[in-house]
Amino acid sequence: MMDEGTELSVTIAQIVQKLKGSNLHSQLERQAKECLQRPEIQLEDLKEDVKEFLKKSGKKHLKCWETKLQNAVYRELNVLPPPSHPEAPAEHIKEPLAYMRKAQGSWEKRILKSLNSMCTELSIPLARKRPGNEQKELLSKWNEMGTDEPDLSHFRPVYAPKDFLEVLINLRNPNYDSSDQPSSKSHWGLIQVPLKVKDIPELRESFAELGLNSGQLGIDDTTQVPADMFESEHAGIGRKVLIEQDSAAAEQYIRQGCPNELRAELWALILNATNEPEDILYYEQLKSGVLHHDLLVDNLIYKDVKLTASNDDYYFVFEDYLYQVLLCFSRDTVVLEHFNYNSATPPKSYIQGKLGLEDYAVVYPPNGVIPFHGFSMYVAPLCFLYNEPSKLYTVFREMYVRYFFRLHSISSFSSGIVSLCLQFESLLQTHLPQLFYHLREIGAQPLRIAFKWMVRAFSGYLATDQLLLLWDRVLGYNSLEILAVLAAAVFAFRAQNLMEVTSLAAAEAVLADLSTLKVMPLLQIFLFATIM
Amino acid sequence: MSKKTMVHKGPGYQKKREGEPRSCIRFKCTLINTIQDVLRQRAGWVEVKDDSEWDFYWCDVGWLRENFDHIYMEEHVRICHFRNHYELTRKNLMVKNLKRYRKLLEREAGRQEAAKCDFFPRTFELPCEYHLFVEEFKRSPGSTWIMKPVARSQGKGIFLFRKLKDIMDWKKDGNRSEDQKDETQVESYVAQRYIENPYLIGGRKFDLRVYVLVTSYVPLKAWLYRDGFARFSLTRFSLSCIDDHYVHLTNVAIQKTAPDYDPEKGCKWQMQQLRRYLSARHGAERVEALFRNIDGIFIRSLQSVQKVIINDKHCFELYGYDILLDQALKPWLIEVNASPSLTASSQEDYELKCRLLEDTLHVVDMEGRLTGKEKQIGGFDLMWNDGPVSKDDVNLDALGSSTLTANTHLGYVNDRKTQLRQLLKPLPGQKKV
Repeated sequence: MMDEGTELSVTIAQIVQKLKGSNLHSQLERQAKECLQRPEIQLEDLKEDVKEFLKKSGKKHLKCWETKLQNAVYRELNVLPPPSHPEAPAEHIKEPLAYMRKAQGSWEKRILKSLNSMCTELSIPLARKRPGNEQKELLSKWNEMGTDEPDLSHFRPVYAPKDFLEVLINLRNPNYDSSDQPSSKSHWGLIQVPLKVKDIPELRESFAELGLNSGQLGIDDTTQVPADMFESEHAGIGRKVLIEQDSAAAEQYIRQGCPNELRAELWALILNATNEPEDILYYEQLKSGVLHHDLLVDNLIYKDVKLTASNDDYYFVFEDYLYQVLLCFSRDTVVLEHFNYNSATPPKSYIQGKLGLEDYAVVYPPNGVIPFHGFSMYVAPLCFLYNEPSKLYTVFREMYVRYFFRLHSISSFSSGIVSLCLQFESLLQTHLPQLFYHLREIGAQPLRIAFKWMVRAFSGYLATDQLLLLWDRVLGYNSLEILAVLAAAVFAFRAQNLMEVTSLAAAEAVLADLSTLKVMPLLQIFLFATIM
Repeated sequence: MSKKTMVHKGPGYQKKREGEPRSCIRFKCTLINTIQDVLRQRAGWVEVKDDSEWDFYWCDVGWLRENFDHIYMEEHVRICHFRNHYELTRKNLMVKNLKRYRKLLEREAGRQEAAKCDFFPRTFELPCEYHLFVEEFKRSPGSTWIMKPVARSQGKGIFLFRKLKDIMDWKKDGNRSEDQKDETQVESYVAQRYIENPYLIGGRKFDLRVYVLVTSYVPLKAWLYRDGFARFSLTRFSLSCIDDHYVHLTNVAIQKTAPDYDPEKGCKWQMQQLRRYLSARHGAERVEALFRNIDGIFIRSLQSVQKVIINDKHCFELYGYDILLDQALKPWLIEVNASPSLTASSQEDYELKCRLLEDTLHVVDMEGRLTGKEKQIGGFDLMWNDGPVSKDDVNLDALGSSTLTANTHLGYVNDRKTQLRQLLKPLPGQKKV
């Protein structure tokens, strides 16, 4: 294939291209132009002198230019798809496997059909401009949209995770012949596609920092051991990382967990989510977008929040923030960028009367993401950390375009939901074969229970502090694989009870309440203390 | 235990021999809620009714008021209230005692020490302190005040006002003639400065319910429970609507009648959740300081009534303290309840109250299993034992009590199961707890 040198140049070119349009670029340009007046800039060494100047200046701000640029590049590296052939078409970058692309395409058609039929049934337009007085009213109620009780009885969520699971179960690779006699080598689970997933030795390597010999927040801060050992040392390092403002260092640091009081800043640093005036302004623009137009998906968002987050014992308080984030999110076209590396394609709608004419096609909703049942739970835990709407918004958006989108699109990516499901089932089959077999026999395929946990990244199932410790590791490893490992670890933990059940319903009951689980000990035991 | 001269011995009673732990404890309980379940499930405890003799009585305050002075209790008997608990729990008396204590502190220890008692808002008893109240009222124009009946609970009779005429209206008979006054008794109210800048979460106001167990006033011995909860108002906070009862009062009893109240939906956060939220927002240090100040509220309020309460070794009392936080993270004492609600509003709430009551019974230790030197029993931490109690066993720095870490863990992990396992010896003939 390509040699390393060419790969690197391609990557660099891609990142440079991406950053050229960014705010940071214009700031740097401006700064560079201004410094031309300075005496230390000599014409002979213009390039070097300007670079030197930029490196040194800006240090009086929180972040110097070099760090800012470094963080921006690191962000791009984090979301960049794996290197591919320079001739590869765009759709291959989104998803290399043809059958997956096809499956995603038909799934999208189904969703769009469902949305359109709801639209026709209820005679509600997909979008409509709000009259002036309605705009004023909404503005006055902006901070308490939860008090509104619109009639949502006719709306139904476009789909629920279990509908999506059925699609995944039916995925087949046409080139793979799985018609051999079922044996112990064959896969017992619901997912029947041959994707490569890591086994425990490989996972141990990937998640080395979670090993028994390293301190962890979520374990070493809760024992009776005096707190000044691991916890305060780790917190001290965390504070230093924040002072340096280095995203890469923060990402490495957070693998061992993040102290409560540093979490908001550290996550923002890792995600390179800023709250500069231009970010706040952008958020305000989105807000005015919400005021001007009413979208059909807004009702879906309302319904979802009312059904899920508002009924949660801990997240109900944050109801208003959820509307403020999700309504804006629907209108944010910046989100469309992530479709370059997402196997999904934003749905298109046509201006009335111009069906089929590409010139009159618009992406609907503007951000291309149709919310499903439970979507608001991606935002709810973040409300624990941020209460400035624009900051909360930026962090959520970044979390979505880095991680969450993979949980509801069909792709072969290692952090994609298909791989996670397969990984979960493989881990279970390899290390708890008796349990898996038993559950299969009683008609309780484990994935049917674990799927909803993974799709929501465990939000709403774990206690908030445990969830945040889990998401620390998602950010630290830039991967969602840990969700599959945790799901398997939960089954391992409750194996004894599960061996005694005789129905799917009973199995569900054993696993209904995860709120008392401590995530890190479970993961450590499963990964590092399992006898191979 | 009985007014009859003949003592009726109930079934299973065995006179306690010196040094031997009691094997059968007879309890009486008139409340039909969590406490009854907890008592019934306790190993070796037998329920007795009507006029039978009892060793333990979870009574209501009405019964106590009428019977306490007439009964004889043997040494081992325990009852769940102090004779004159109302010195702490009736709003007018609590304020009176606190004010008096504050003055005492100022005389004896100076301004700074006295200022530590400034955890209750300006309060006046009406009608007797009416004129003092009016003076204060005029000094802060535009301020909001809250009127609370002295003796009622569950938020009944409470309202807010901003104008003197609002309470004039209510008390139309404020300027009655002497003979009219004798006829009808005006209900005592307190007027208290309303805290207009409460700490909000998600735009909502909340207050904290914390449990403090006092087993003796002289010397003062008090325990603080690690669990507790924050009660949220259902609606967003705003000062513009004073009449909306539901916003301003966070009492569960009031919220339950609000039109959009959903009994399935919890309006409560566990204390641990709240503590984590505040730490994530404000940092561990500030939150530590806040909880130290909350400890101070308990201790000083108890100290203020220490000399007034009739101490009795048969008595213990489980108080429900209501605390409000303002935006500067300063805690305010709203009131103290001698009979905190033991009815559960949800499964989670039921479990909390079970733990709380089980541990209360462990502290009271009718079974005689403990040494009396414990600093933690289940979810209770010994907060005050005739002096501050420190977390550390050894006084590493003997220079000053300011360096000692207090032995309180409000909102921390409640490790009661493991703790109790280590602490309790098995009862004779019983399996291990």
